[in-house]
Amino acid sequence: MNSTLKTLPDENGFFVPAVPGGHPSGRRCRDVKNFSRKFFGGSPGDGHGTQLNQGYGGRYVAETLMPLIGEIEAAYDAARVDPAFQERLNELRRDYVGRATPLYFAERLTEHFGGAQIYLKREDLNHTGAHKINNALGQALLAQRMGRQRLIAETGAGMHGVAVATVAARLGLGCVVYMGATDIERQQPNVQRMRLLGAEIVPVHSGTATLKDAMNEALRDWVTNVDDTFYIIGTVAGPAPYPRMVRDFQAVIGIETRAQLLTARGRLPDTLIACVGGGSNAMGLFHAFLDDAVVMVGVEAAGEGLESGRHAASLNGGSPGILHGNRTYLLQDDDGQIRDAHSISAGLDYPGIGPEHAHLHDSGRASYVAVTDDEALEAVGLCCRLEGILPALESSHALHHAGRLAARQEADQTIVVCLSGRGDKDMDTITRHLMPEEVES
Amino acid sequence: MNALSSKTETLKTETQNHVSPNTDSRLARRFAALRVEDRAALVTYVMAGDPDPATSRDLLARLPAAGADVIELGMPFSDPMADGVAIQRAGQRALAKGQTLARTLEMVRDFRRRDDDTPVVLMGYLNPLQRCGEDRFLQAAAEAGVDGLILVDLPPEHGAALTAKARDLGLARIPLVAPTTPPGRLPALLAQGDGFVYRIAFNGVTGSRRSDIAASLGESLIELKRQSPLPVAVGFGVRDGDTAATVARIADAVVVGSALVERLAETGVEGALTLTRKLAESIQGARRG
Ligand SMILES: Cc1ncc(COP(=O)(O)O)c(C=O)c1O
Repeated sequence: MNSTLKTLPDENGFFVPAVPGGHPSGRRCRDVKNFSRKFFGGSPGDGHGTQLNQGYGGRYVAETLMPLIGEIEAAYDAARVDPAFQERLNELRRDYVGRATPLYFAERLTEHFGGAQIYLKREDLNHTGAHKINNALGQALLAQRMGRQRLIAETGAGMHGVAVATVAARLGLGCVVYMGATDIERQQPNVQRMRLLGAEIVPVHSGTATLKDAMNEALRDWVTNVDDTFYIIGTVAGPAPYPRMVRDFQAVIGIETRAQLLTARGRLPDTLIACVGGGSNAMGLFHAFLDDAVVMVGVEAAGEGLESGRHAASLNGGSPGILHGNRTYLLQDDDGQIRDAHSISAGLDYPGIGPEHAHLHDSGRASYVAVTDDEALEAVGLCCRLEGILPALESSHALHHAGRLAARQEADQTIVVCLSGRGDKDMDTITRHLMPEEVES
Repeated sequence: MNALSSKTETLKTETQNHVSPNTDSRLARRFAALRVEDRAALVTYVMAGDPDPATSRDLLARLPAAGADVIELGMPFSDPMADGVAIQRAGQRALAKGQTLARTLEMVRDFRRRDDDTPVVLMGYLNPLQRCGEDRFLQAAAEAGVDGLILVDLPPEHGAALTAKARDLGLARIPLVAPTTPPGRLPALLAQGDGFVYRIAFNGVTGSRRSDIAASLGESLIELKRQSPLPVAVGFGVRDGDTAATVARIADAVVVGSALVERLAETGVEGALTLTRKLAESIQGARRG
């Protein structure tokens, strides 16, 4: 293990140094008769499935994008150490986004579970209602610095789309948001909001019409409009340098949390918990603590249950592969086709995960659990009634696990949960599930 | 950027140590014959298994007689991020009918029983290959009679190992060169390339409808030729005989994909073959006019 985990990835965008023998990438190809059997009929675990001994991450994109991505990396590395850029970012974070967000002691949730002390990092109190704006703001400032006039983004729950549309308006840049047709239906308020902010929404009908398809379509736009367009990826995935860049912009979550808990309690937390779609709020919370003795837990969406096959848990139910420019864990079939993800929360409905999480998972530095749709809904109700806070369905996955864990721990333990967003956008879904009688009347 | 360029340096030295490009391959023989004829090659792209295995097999078998000099066979992938709707849909149709990587190779093997001359190049994305296992896939492809690979999402920065293995098996790694590719990147791309170079006509996905296709192309083809002895194919956006002829005057090969895939979807195998014949005729006459 590196002396500090915080310096990853390496210069090629990989989150693990080359490992001889590679990573176990899982099972054999599907067996198809005669000739095929000779090559494709090997037994599971025979080593033929291990390739590309390069760790997770990388830059697996079409040639058209390669030079451009190199430019973004160079521009980002210059901006990162430019005091003027940082000052502008910090000023907008404070005055526009409303940072620092509170670290809130959830007294009644703590009482309810009767164990560890539960703190909520209130990313829901950010302007636009989620952590997504931390990243959108950072990348939009970079786009502006690079002279790009047109921002594009993919969005699932719509929170990243709203964040990008918002900063585009603020900075006077054009904005096109790709959104799966399925998600447009279940996140209507956010769609209207983005339009009001002046963004163009492009419905995506291909594939499963959710987040991964929106990302494919955004990549197609980008490859077509390389000259004036900046693609703001909404999570810690995509080709290098995106996973690192998005993590750095989100790292403010953990940096604040660290200082806030030290001030309030004079100590570091014992456990950090965050939901994981692509993994940006989780990496944002974890990053400042990577070298400390702090337990980190990412919570994936188990959908209708891991055994049902209808879930979005890439680490708990997937295997390594290459999608959207990076090598990471994916939901895929035996032939390497990407499988549909399923989650009640649009923001977690993605068949991949950021490569740094894949690395933290394999190295054992962080652990990853899964929470079902029903369990997340239960947490929504509990948090509303006990704390007067309506959490996003995504964040509720983390809340549920926090409750589970707190109940098993003693009162001298502290847990910090990233409350990544507010649940206003989910009212339709929540009402249908928790108060069906309201829908009928 | 520094990291990128320093990586490029090491790539260059790494790949220079490998065996020199294969001169006695189906691709080399085909391009040599065409040079004698002073004619550009017609490279036809079809998706393996589209719209179903039997139809796809039939089309593949009849393409050479209709005038295809080189065949690009698409390996369907669920998330083809560099393809436009025509090829996206073709891939979905194929997958819906049960197409797999193994079946695609099976198709090539079947084709080879009757045609040992027409080069077949597989085009697609990395993940299915990775899932299968790179070594196993390359072995199987070589044994099936595949001549080369076009891997959309494998840049030279990550491609050295695969290229070396492919070369050992006599499989050409056909590099994609884009309009955005700066001259400084060409050596790294070409060092891992053989068979031919695939010059993407403009920034975008496959199947885009652009009329200005060959306008700015000439100069960059000259630069490519200066840096590489390989034949240069131009693709993306060639939809009809006129464009094909224009490209055939300045490039060694013309790639037609989406137009053919669309024609297949609309009018079946006969329609696709009719278009192939028309394109072949236009290319044949291109340098005589
Ligand atoms: C409130 C909220 N939390 C979490 C996520 C998941 O994204 P990530 O895992 O990148 O934090 C989303 C995505 O839309 C979101 O809106």
